[in-house]
This record gives sequence, C-alpha cells and structure tokens, in this order.
Amino acid sequence: MSYQVPKFRHPELPVNDLGYTKADYEGSISTLCAGCGHDSISGAIVMACHELSIEPHKIAKLSGIGCSSKTPTYFLGKSHGFNSVHGRMPSVVTGAAMANRDLLYLGVSGDGDTASIGMGQFAHVARRNLNMVYIVMNNGCYGLTKGQDSATADEGSVSKKGDPNVYSGIDLCGTAMQMGATFVARSFSGDKGQLVPLIKAAITHRGFALIDVISPCVTFNNNPQSTKSYEFVREHAEATGTVDFIPMRKEITTDYDPGFSHEVTLHDGSSIHLYKMDETHDPFDRRSAINTLEDHRSKHSILTGLIYMDKDSRELHEVLETSQRPLNQLEEGDLCPGNKMLENINASLR
Amino acid sequence: MKPTDIKNPEYFHKVVDCQYACPAHTPVPEYIRLIAAERYTDAYMVNWHSNVFPGILGRTCDRPCEPACRRVRVEEDPVAICRLKRVAADNKQTIADRLPKIPEQKNGKRIALIGAGPASLTVARDLAPLGYIIDIYDNQFAGGGMMRSQIPAFRLPIEVLDEEVNYILDMGVNATFDVEVDSLRSVLDKNYDAVFVGTGAPRGKGLNLPGLEDAREHVYLGIDWLASVAFEHTGSIGKRVLVLGGGNTAMDCCRTSRRLGGEDVRVVVRSPFEDMKASPWEKEDAMHEGIPIYNNHVPKEFVVEEGELKGMLFEKVEARYDEDGNRSLVPTGEDLVFMEADDVLMAIGQENAFPWIERDLGIEFDKWDMPVVDTVTYQSTNEKVFFGGDAAFGPENIITAVAHGHQAAISIDLLCSGRDVTDRPPPQVTLASQKMGVHEWSYDNAVAPDHRYVVPLAPLEEALANRKLEVELGFDPGTGYKEAERCLNCDVQTIFEEVRCIECDACVDICPTDCITFTGNGEEEELRTRLSAPAHDTTQDLYVSADLPTTRVMVKDENVCLHCGLCAERCPTSAWDMQKFLYNVTKAGQDIPPAGEKEAAA
Repeated sequence: MSYQVPKFRHPELPVNDLGYTKADYEGSISTLCAGCGHDSISGAIVMACHELSIEPHKIAKLSGIGCSSKTPTYFLGKSHGFNSVHGRMPSVVTGAAMANRDLLYLGVSGDGDTASIGMGQFAHVARRNLNMVYIVMNNGCYGLTKGQDSATADEGSVSKKGDPNVYSGIDLCGTAMQMGATFVARSFSGDKGQLVPLIKAAITHRGFALIDVISPCVTFNNNPQSTKSYEFVREHAEATGTVDFIPMRKEITTDYDPGFSHEVTLHDGSSIHLYKMDETHDPFDRRSAINTLEDHRSKHSILTGLIYMDKDSRELHEVLETSQRPLNQLEEGDLCPGNKMLENINASLR
Repeated sequence: MKPTDIKNPEYFHKVVDCQYACPAHTPVPEYIRLIAAERYTDAYMVNWHSNVFPGILGRTCDRPCEPACRRVRVEEDPVAICRLKRVAADNKQTIADRLPKIPEQKNGKRIALIGAGPASLTVARDLAPLGYIIDIYDNQFAGGGMMRSQIPAFRLPIEVLDEEVNYILDMGVNATFDVEVDSLRSVLDKNYDAVFVGTGAPRGKGLNLPGLEDAREHVYLGIDWLASVAFEHTGSIGKRVLVLGGGNTAMDCCRTSRRLGGEDVRVVVRSPFEDMKASPWEKEDAMHEGIPIYNNHVPKEFVVEEGELKGMLFEKVEARYDEDGNRSLVPTGEDLVFMEADDVLMAIGQENAFPWIERDLGIEFDKWDMPVVDTVTYQSTNEKVFFGGDAAFGPENIITAVAHGHQAAISIDLLCSGRDVTDRPPPQVTLASQKMGVHEWSYDNAVAPDHRYVVPLAPLEEALANRKLEVELGFDPGTGYKEAERCLNCDVQTIFEEVRCIECDACVDICPTDCITFTGNGEEEELRTRLSAPAHDTTQDLYVSADLPTTRVMVKDENVCLHCGLCAERCPTSAWDMQKFLYNVTKAGQDIPPAGEKEAAA
C-alpha cells in the first residue's frame, strides 16, 4: 500500500492570486477506505480554499472523533489543526474563535460526532451563530466501529448487515435551522460541481454555516437498499438550484435567466448566484426553507443545494461586541489601561 | 469521442513513450525493472533480442528514447536509459547458454549480406537461427562497419565491440573480410536467394574552397581520418587543428585530435550552437575536454603561404528565421576571421555511394541517385535485393540500422518461404494484471523524486593521454539501481473497466497529476478544454471510456500520468487495474503460422 503521494504534479497547474497551486492546499495521503466519500469532500475543501486564495496559515481545521474527523490530516497540510474530543469540536472552536477572530474556522465532523455524542454542542454552536464552517461528513453509520446505524440513518434504510433501521433519522439541516443556524446547505460527496461553490459560499458567510454532506461509506453502507449509497443518492437527490459563488473583483460572466435567478451580495463584496429549480422555494426565508425540506422528506427525495441563508446574519463577535482586534493580540496595556482610564470610566458613571 | 480501443496494441504502445520513440521499439521499462532487480543478464537479453548490440548502444546510442521520456514532462531530465543499458551489459553473466541454437541442417536458402555493419549483422542474427546460409562480405578487416571505423575507442572499447559482433559471427555465418564488393551483378550471379545491402553511407562530404589544392596534404575527411586512426594508420596530428562541422562525427574528430597531439583544437560550425546536429551530451563532452566551439562561422578559404597551410578564413554570420522557421545565415558584414591551423578535418556530412551497383539489375534509382526502397519491407525494385541501415535512406544511426535489419530479415524470410513480403506479422503483445493483494503491486509503484544521476568520467588528463581509454566509467550497480528507480514504469498501464465504476471520484481525488476527469462526452478538441488540468498536448492521447450510469464518461489524459497506481489503489471496486503491457516487435520466424498451417504442422 502506498504511504506517500508522488511529489510530481501537473506542470501546468493553475495558480491562485497568492501564487499557490492546488497542491499547496493538499495534505497527507488518505488512510480511509478506498472510495470513501470523505476523500472527495477533502478534495472539494482543497479546491474551494485554493480557488478563494486563502492563505493556508489563516485557516484552522478542527475535528472530533471518527472517520470524518481523521480527514483534516488529508487536506490543508499547512494550516492549523486540532483533533479534539469526541463530539466536543464546537466548544474547542468556540474558544479558539473567541481568542482569535482573524482565522477561518473549519469544523469537520461526522454523523456520530455531531448527531449522537455531540448533539448538545452542535445545537448550541448553531444557536450562538459562531462564525465558522461546520461540515458534516454524513454516511449514516459508524464506520470506525464496523458500521452500526448512526442517528442520521433514515428509518427503513438497510446497511450491509441487512437489518432495516427501526429509528427515525435526525435531519441535521432541519435541526440546525430550528437551532438558529444562518447558513444551511446539503450536498453530496459525489457532486463537486455543487459542493465546491457551497463550501466557498459557507466560508464567506458571516455566522454559523452548516453543510451536511452525504458521503457514502463504501465499506459498510453502500448497498442499494441504503439511503446513503452512491446509487440511491444519485437517483433521489433533488437540488434547490445551482449555486455559483462569485468572488469579489471577478466579473460575472454567466448569463442567468432573471426570472429564476437570485444574486446575493455577501459582506466582503463577493456574491452568490442562485439559479433555482423550484419557484416556490425561497432560500432567504426560513419558513419557506423548512417547508421545502419537509416536502422533500415526505417525497423520499433528498434535497440538496443551498437550503437556507440569513442575509442579515450577525455572528457571535458582533452580538457580543467584542474587540475588533483579536483577544490574543491584546497586550497588558490594552487590558489594564491604568488609573486614569479607570477614573474616566468611574466619572462617566457618576 | 468514441471509447478508446485498448485492444489495439498501438494505443498502449504509444503510452510507453521511450519504447515508442525507439526505432527498434526495445521494451525499455521492462529491462530497467530487471536492472533494479539486479537481474542484469535477463535485462541484457531483453535488449539483445530487440536491439542486438546492448553494450555498444549503451555507450553510443543516439537515444531517441530519452527526449521522449515522460520524466521530462514532470521534471527536468529523462531517465538515463542509454547508460542503464550499459549497466546491464557491464554486469551480466555469460549469455552463451541463452543464445539461439543454430541448426546443423540448413534450410537450403542462401543469403548474401554486403557490408558487416549493424544492419547486416542484425539480418544475420535473425536469419542464421532459422537455418539460412549467410555469406557476409566487408571491406574492413573485421565486422562492425562504422561502429569499428568511425566510433573512437575512448567511447566504445574494442572488446565490447568484438564481443557483440562475435555473438553473430559465431552463428556459423561465412564472413569474408578485406574484400571490396565492386559489382552487385557478380554477387547476384552467385544465385543467392536474397541479397541485403548494408554498406552504410561511406562517403564523407568535402568543401571545395579556395586554397584547397595547395593545402590538400593537411586537409582530411572526418570519417576517413577516424577510420585511419581506428585502424592505426594514423597516430598523430598537428598542434593546431580546425574541425569543420557540427555533428557527432565532428565531435569524435576533435576529441580524437586532442588525444593524438592536438593542443589548440577548435570546432568551427556554420550554424548557431543550438542548431548543431551533434547530440547535446557529445557537445558537452567535447567542451569538457577543452575544445571550444565557434558557431556562426562559415569557412571561406584555406590560407596557404609558401606552400604551407597557415590557417583558414571564416565569415561571421547570424541566423535569421522566416515565418515558417526556415533558417538563413546572413553575413554580419564584419571582417573575415582568421584561425591558425596545422591540420583541418572536414566533418560536414556523409552520403551514400553506389558506384558498384550496375544500373541494369532492375534496381530503380531516384533523382538523388539513391535506390528506391520500400519503407516497410526494405525491398528494392529488384525483389531479391534489400537495403537497410544508412544505405537505405541516408545517414541515421545504429539503432535505426538495427530496426531496418529486423524488418529486412522478416522480408527475406517471407520471400524465401514464398509468402507475400507485404504481409507483416503483428507485434507480440501481452497485458497482465500486476495486482498482488488489495493494495499491492508486483512493480515498484512509488515514484522516486531523485534527479538524474551523472555518469562518472575518467580523469581528464589520463583520458587525453590514451586514445583507447574509455572516458565514461558507467554507473556502478548502486547508482544504476537508483537511476533505474527513476523509471515511471509507463508500460504498466491504467486499465479502466466502466461496468465496475461507481463514480465515487476517488481516482480523481488521489491522482497527483490530475489526469482523470469524469464529464460529459464531446469532440476531442472541445473535451480537452473541460478536463481537470490543461491538456494541450494533442500528441498524447485521451483514454475515453464508454458511457457510465450518470451518462458521463471517464477521460484520462495520458500525458503526465505517473503510472503510480494510486487510482487503482483508491478504487473501491477495482474498476481501475494496473496491467503490464509488454510489446515486442515480431522478428523473422517468430510469427505464429496462420490457422490451418498449425494443424498441418502438428
């Protein structure tokens, strides 16, 4: 088995605004099973970060425990990383983000790490609208412990073991919306055309951005009766529309049919172009988004794409009115401004 | 695009760039792997069957394989293929027991070979084991042709030459040396079943410049002079030597001059340095021996004073290129340059000469007075007369002569067995999976990042003091191993089976060089614009699958594939497999008889 990717790359790899190629955003060779959907998501993260020209040292990738949580080793090899305790990634991100608001926080979790042991943390990090990207690599099973059904396995779905799941599955997108997440999307590891722009939009969004990525477990949960197999997802996925992320400074060259097209300008001047498939769904309205999600659930189809986005999202630092300078950069003089400042404050309160 | 027909042997043959570029199509990666496994004798035999002269070619080949090496497209330098061949030759055990058995009982067909150079010797090597009676005629005292007369001993030791020439001469062929064939009619009159002409391009071109008449004593034709040095008729040269010409013969002339007493030896060439015909490494070797190369100097006149050659006058020019890239050398208008010289060697080219072939033998000659020779069968317009090597289409190189020899031998065998000479045998091809375990391959699939290793040289002073001391020392086995590991195993092919593919993208994600794309089909030109990475090089094929369940197709750009096998390792369904593609050009007598004949024979 190969333990290293060859050093050579395509000689004409495109470089981004920083002069980096995609290779500069790669990590070590994956040790996951061959064909694991997680590897494709890693690939999509590499592409998104490269295309957005993010400096690798400005990214922190954090994860919990599980197959999904191993993946940060396989992408962004030059970024910061923290492999935390099972289900506790959100609190570690919260602490890090509070201390240094300048980094881009990329949380990577799985369905067990999020919907079982980490459910409480997940609910609260969504509720606080922490400025982070939260990617769930969702395969509906516990791959690392031989494939037991997880909390996101759909009722009736049959894994390799052969028994249908008797419990109701947790819909992470619906849960996140209920908890107050301001960016909710679902995608499929086998569809980079959709996933990469969604990751870019999630990175640019200010606030809590969840992407629930269905990522088939080839070893334990890729049989035809499983609702999280490559075959089933391909047959049952319905996209809300196509999403195009247009970075600031780039000219919009694609022509969109104005009747079905939405353009959303983000806080940094970049924009998202949404070409909708379904006229009734308004992704900027939570009620419409929840209804659409429910409609698809009752039809047994898998809704993918951008489901909900709050254009006026206020992330945790804005809510708390914390200092613009990251806390970890404040010196003693900033934190203890001295007697004179104390007198001024006291005077203002008299 | 239509799905790629991988059953056509030429598709994967083209992917093995080195083998494809080799005129004899030697299975290069196959023998490099054997070298890495220290199976030098086996590696030697792979070469011997394909190119007949591994030890000679491992020192002197023009190496068309090396510029083609895929390594050039992902890093700087190709694998040192040529010098690895020499590693096999230097370290092999005896091969006597592996040589073909020569039948005592001959088949009654008599073949004459005129000239004992690489082309003729190849014909002999292929036909003698089939029972043909072979008569070779050559005007030198021993076999080898230009390999003996023109390649200096410091590049090719006599022992190496003798060894490989003798493997063939010892096959019971009748060789007559020191005989000048001055009439083809006289040969044909001996009722041979076929005659092969492998007489090379023996005539050096000269320059008839003012002053030549008076300077003649000190002006030599390069190849003739090299021959007279090789045959020890010439043992010295003047202190100041001018070598005119920019090809490999010029390089051999100047380096030989340095060894025979030349102190101020210069190469003077009309063209710019980059346009010189000499191989880059031969130019480097000459310069390493303190020989300057003066480019853009056109020889004008021999300067002779009081009957003594004093030197030569040159006109300085510059190269201009028109829109079509045609070069013209335009005088700069500067004063003529004078260079002193005691001797001048002219190495400006060589040509064929067939004064000994009567023109009423049914052999058609074209307007350049060259015989009309079929480019596939090497047959002339006289069905019994074949040409090969430099004699066929003008000066090329040893490996091309070998390739001609193999094909001419097939033609002669077909002719003598009453079959159609245009009925060429297909190549011998095998395709075998290299899978040993779930993630294990029987070839070393890790890609070595090493840069090309440099071949060590003998100390300059010693080399210049002894004309016969081989300059290149060759790789020692350890360095040979490291250099062999640089080979990318381009013959281990990526085979894609669409029915197994679940389109999980694992191969796309892992491929270090972004060769693989899953996308909608289209015409090649348009499809090339939609691939994961730029794919401009249209000489490199696209491998296209049939439609997949999502109606997309798999497209693989063969251009910079490292053959690392990671696509197959990361494939959960074995839709990708790594299979070794072994392609051997069929030699005379090796083709499987057509159906029917087989039963008849049994």
